[in-house]
Amino acid sequence: MGDLFTDTIVISVLAATIRIATPLILAALGELIAERAGILNLGVEGTMLMAAFAAFIGAYATGSTLMALLLAVLAGMAMSFIMVFMAATLKVEQVVTGLALNLLAAGMSLYLYKAFFAVEGQAMPTVAVMPVAPIPFLSEIPYIGPILFTQKVLTYVALLMVPVVWFFLYRTKYGLEIRCLGENPKAIDTKGMSVSLRQYGAVMAGGALCGLAGAFVTIGSSARFVPDITNGRGWLALVIVIAANWRPSGILIAALVFAFLDALQLQIQGIGVQMPYQIFLALPYVLAIVLMVLKSRRGRSEEPARLGVPYFRGER
Amino acid sequence: MQPFLKVDQVTKRFHKVVANDRVSFDVMPGEIHCLLGENGAGKSTIAECIYGFYKPDEGTITVQGNPAGLTSPRDAIARGIGMVHQHFVLVSSMTVLENIVIGTDAARPILDLKAAAARIREIGRRYDVDIDLEARIWQLPVGQQQWVEILKALFQGARLLIMDEPTAVLTPQEARRLFQIFREMTADGLSVILISHKFDDVMQSDRVTVLRRAKVIGTVNTRETTKEALTNMMVGRSVELRVKRDEHPRGAPVLEVRDLRAANDFGTEKLSGIDLTVHRGEIVGIAGVAGNGQGELFEALIGARKTRGGSIRLDGADITGRSPAEIQRMGMGYIPDDRFADGLVGDYDIQSNLILGHHRREPFARRGLLQFRAIRDFARKAIEELEIKAPSETTRTRSLSGGNAQKVIVAREFAQATKVILANQPSRGLDVGVIEYMHERLLEKRRNDFGILLASEELDELLGLADRIVVIFKGRILGEFAAGTADIERIGLLMAGQETAGKAEEIS
Ligand SMILES: Nc1ncnc2c1ncn2[C@@H]1O[C@H](COP(=O)(O)OP(=O)(O)OP(=O)(O)O)[C@@H](O)[C@H]1O
Ligand SMILES: [Mg+2]
Repeated sequence: MGDLFTDTIVISVLAATIRIATPLILAALGELIAERAGILNLGVEGTMLMAAFAAFIGAYATGSTLMALLLAVLAGMAMSFIMVFMAATLKVEQVVTGLALNLLAAGMSLYLYKAFFAVEGQAMPTVAVMPVAPIPFLSEIPYIGPILFTQKVLTYVALLMVPVVWFFLYRTKYGLEIRCLGENPKAIDTKGMSVSLRQYGAVMAGGALCGLAGAFVTIGSSARFVPDITNGRGWLALVIVIAANWRPSGILIAALVFAFLDALQLQIQGIGVQMPYQIFLALPYVLAIVLMVLKSRRGRSEEPARLGVPYFRGER
Repeated sequence: MQPFLKVDQVTKRFHKVVANDRVSFDVMPGEIHCLLGENGAGKSTIAECIYGFYKPDEGTITVQGNPAGLTSPRDAIARGIGMVHQHFVLVSSMTVLENIVIGTDAARPILDLKAAAARIREIGRRYDVDIDLEARIWQLPVGQQQWVEILKALFQGARLLIMDEPTAVLTPQEARRLFQIFREMTADGLSVILISHKFDDVMQSDRVTVLRRAKVIGTVNTRETTKEALTNMMVGRSVELRVKRDEHPRGAPVLEVRDLRAANDFGTEKLSGIDLTVHRGEIVGIAGVAGNGQGELFEALIGARKTRGGSIRLDGADITGRSPAEIQRMGMGYIPDDRFADGLVGDYDIQSNLILGHHRREPFARRGLLQFRAIRDFARKAIEELEIKAPSETTRTRSLSGGNAQKVIVAREFAQATKVILANQPSRGLDVGVIEYMHERLLEKRRNDFGILLASEELDELLGLADRIVVIFKGRILGEFAAGTADIERIGLLMAGQETAGKAEEIS
């Protein structure tokens, strides 16, 4: 058991934590923007899955990481376009729309995968995984270097997005307007500003972040695409938004906690401790439930008051 | 002089409902122009048309001689029209400053609100409104929220301010302040369109335009008219403004409250030992400024709020800690002050709301199944008897006007209660016709030996109806007056918490 706590192992667990947190942070930030605009997008999982697939196809066809990321972002935005069209324009029940998006993505990614690769023989197609990009000098700092600064570009992007999204939401007028949509869209409407235009903007910007999250799951971590490769990360992102009490900084913390549990689990499996690893797999979700229970007793919730409620002008 | 605003033959329909039928009137610079009309007459609708929020189906609106072509509030704001809505449109989790600035050019892409804050303070000084710009809306009492709404409009450079029932939620003092501000504004050449049911407000305007059933009945100079004449125009018949309360002997105590204590939702003590007795055939009025524990008292009495001490007896039986369902079954009826939050399910139709809470009982349910014929018959009868204006018993309750929504609650509670009626601000936001109706019904229940507990911020209402008036202040009963001996000045002082004033008048 002593092995568990040597420096190298601690460093590798913490580095893995940051890596695993990457798609969680990106997806949760994306969902945060949408939810702040009052739209409950339960389709995160599906949005990530489609983006993951798009990134894989992009990388496979062009060999360019940039093209892959671009495709993933477009896929994320396309999926969230469906979401916001249903929610803001048709004013359909948002929960149902989100769930439908997930089913759509699960089926479609698999179908497209088969359509693309069925003819190309037996071997599973592979792409080059994004390389680690150590930051000069910073990566040489003991402990911190290998944990924080020896990561992939998307990970740096994810960490950077935390303050960026915070600044956007709390220090720009667009952010103010978006937060207003989640609390009381009529306040926007009575000033003669379009509610739905802003919801489109917010949800699709969130979709773009979700797209990056999806890309990390394939070309950021795996050379292959397998069905359902996102494996619940989108759902975890939804929980993270709640656990974070709808704050960007909270998202960073919550994502790191969940990721740490996962990293620990991998490590324990790796060194062959005699314990059913499923227990650790379940840990993030158990923690999520505990957090939800605690949240219900905590003081003021930051949950947007009109989350998931369609806006009608003539309502009274 | 050219009018600032001219509304010409404006018609607005919602599906089949004609809310405004060829409405015309104008507003001069520096004028306070009042719109008066029954609930559902179309006042809010015409206001929303002027604000560009609704698009009129026909007719034109001219601002300073130019056809305005208002298609969005943006156009209206650009032409100097500001509006304070009947239900405030504020974001409660945001600061006053953010609420005022959002959507104006003061909001640069990257927010820097210092300049805006300075300008808002400037306006505040001009009108003597002092408000903490960094406070969050939920921390402010409603009276202050009203100032925020007004500042919002003035900050955008409003030359015409539309106020939709601004005084419905204000204390008399706050309402007086509001009119002071209006007068300062009109002195600057600004205009005000004021929608109100209260004659105290109406009589302070310059002109009054009366609407009835979507049509303009006429526009009169306020100085040349009277309450009675206006009421006549508005309702189309004369209304008894003063209720006739005949003598009626009071019976045995039916509701006895002893040392009742309770807290609000945040755990702050709101009732600090209430003692109160209501007899059969008696109306007890509770005077007091809103927020002094009235809401908590009523909720505790009907069983919807946990008590922290004391006892409540209904006709001799201890009901402390019982559930609302039990208490209702034992004969208590409740008319809450917030109609849509506590009294109705807005998305249900009228007939469902009419049986809500009694839906498990005969004849509405048998062996666990709802009896639709019985429910429908009951609803149709109630709609006819109370003259609820609605297309049918299956109309969604949310689309009813305030007065008609209130009638649904009254119909339900009066039909089911057998001993006691609790009524918290039952006439708030209602037109005189409906209020008259409410009062008649309450007096009728009194004649039928019900005990009635009535809270109101309108002292006139209490003086007219109640056999006894108690004053509530910070969760305590400060004084008690018999109908004959009650003195408005004394009650007013007690309402403001000056305890000594009423002691001498107390009766046992
Ligand atoms: N958005 C809407 N959809 C359908 N009908 C509506 C809508 N708004 C108002 N109405 C109807 O139009 C009529 C006029 O309503 P309005 O709200 O203008 O009345 P009001 O004079 O302001 O009444 P109150 O004094 O109760 O506020 C009513 O019959 C109402 O039911
Ligand atoms: Mg109205």
